[in-house]
Amino acid sequence: MRATAIVAALLIANASAAFAASEADYQAAYAAAEAANKEAGTLRNQWTTTASTLAASKKAGDAGDFDTAVAQAKEAEALAKASIFQATSEKERWKDMEIH
Amino acid sequence: MTSRLAIRAATTLALGVLAFTPAARAAETIDPVADNAAFQKFFTDKFPKLQLKDFVNGPYSMNEDLHKQWEEKEEFPPYEFSLEDGKQMFTTPFKNGKSYADCFPNQGIGIRQNYPYFDDKDGKVVTLELALNRCREANGEAPISYVKDEMAALTAYMAFTSRGKPMDIRIPNDPRALAAYQMGKEYFYTRRGQLNFSCATCHVQSPGQRIRAEVLAPALGILNAMPIYRSEWSGMGTTSRRFITCNSQTRGVPLAPESDEYRNLEYYLSYVSNGLPISGPGARP
Repeated sequence: MRATAIVAALLIANASAAFAASEADYQAAYAAAEAANKEAGTLRNQWTTTASTLAASKKAGDAGDFDTAVAQAKEAEALAKASIFQATSEKERWKDMEIH
Repeated sequence: MTSRLAIRAATTLALGVLAFTPAARAAETIDPVADNAAFQKFFTDKFPKLQLKDFVNGPYSMNEDLHKQWEEKEEFPPYEFSLEDGKQMFTTPFKNGKSYADCFPNQGIGIRQNYPYFDDKDGKVVTLELALNRCREANGEAPISYVKDEMAALTAYMAFTSRGKPMDIRIPNDPRALAAYQMGKEYFYTRRGQLNFSCATCHVQSPGQRIRAEVLAPALGILNAMPIYRSEWSGMGTTSRRFITCNSQTRGVPLAPESDEYRNLEYYLSYVSNGLPISGPGARP
């Protein structure tokens, strides 16, 4: 019984350690989001929500809340990638809306 | 001999390709005259009760109640103070003794309808706002903000002296001018921002309809009323301010005022409103 409890406690501790984000995780996630947003910038199509989500990530990272910082950075990256997709697909799709 | 054969073969191939090109790329032809006709027909078909000149009144042309509001507003127009400021600024000499009038044709009076124009020297579109700041810099004055206050006042005065004159934007027979026009058109129809809106989403597909409390203006004639006093802004705003606000409202990061994209957009949007009278400065909800 005691052995089972110890094993369970160890498993829970390991699981927590595996899911807690580190500063390195945050920095990697932030860099990926920033790179995607930069690419959107070269396409002249950044979104305000990407910028605000990146800012939220940095704020959480500066405060040492790396779980939130990583989550925000991943969301910012997804937003930036969506803006890249929009800019790329609109290179042809704009014609669908044109008045003829 | 071998190289001659190679050149002849290449020429034949190129001519063969060119022969098929026009048909394949017919849809890609840049034809501003046809665009202008189609654009104006679209709006007059959509709003058959309106005369062409009415479109310059934006949302106030869209229903009777709003039109009554506009008539009442025009009795004590909210842009009046800005107009007076603009006249004073325009007529006050720079430190070097020259003035804005020295930078423009006809001393800057009654010329709003010719802006923007394509400058063949630098191969780009020049808007009235840009020309005003270039005038300042050429005379040793610091440029002013493109967005509001002084720039809005100056353009308000220049628009006022041009009221009633039909918009008259020229596209010279220059591939760079046609390219600028086409890029402006592309910008107008391109969806951007997280809300996935283009300029046309609101101002072609939905004029006269409400977006929250506002009635959307038709794209036709929309720049003829610039600059405008907007109740939402509690102040005056220029064409640059209007473009920047539109981008922000769709959750897109706006470009810098007077960036190439905005200049090209203004060129396109003004050209398709050719023939409609200048009505600026305007007032909007």
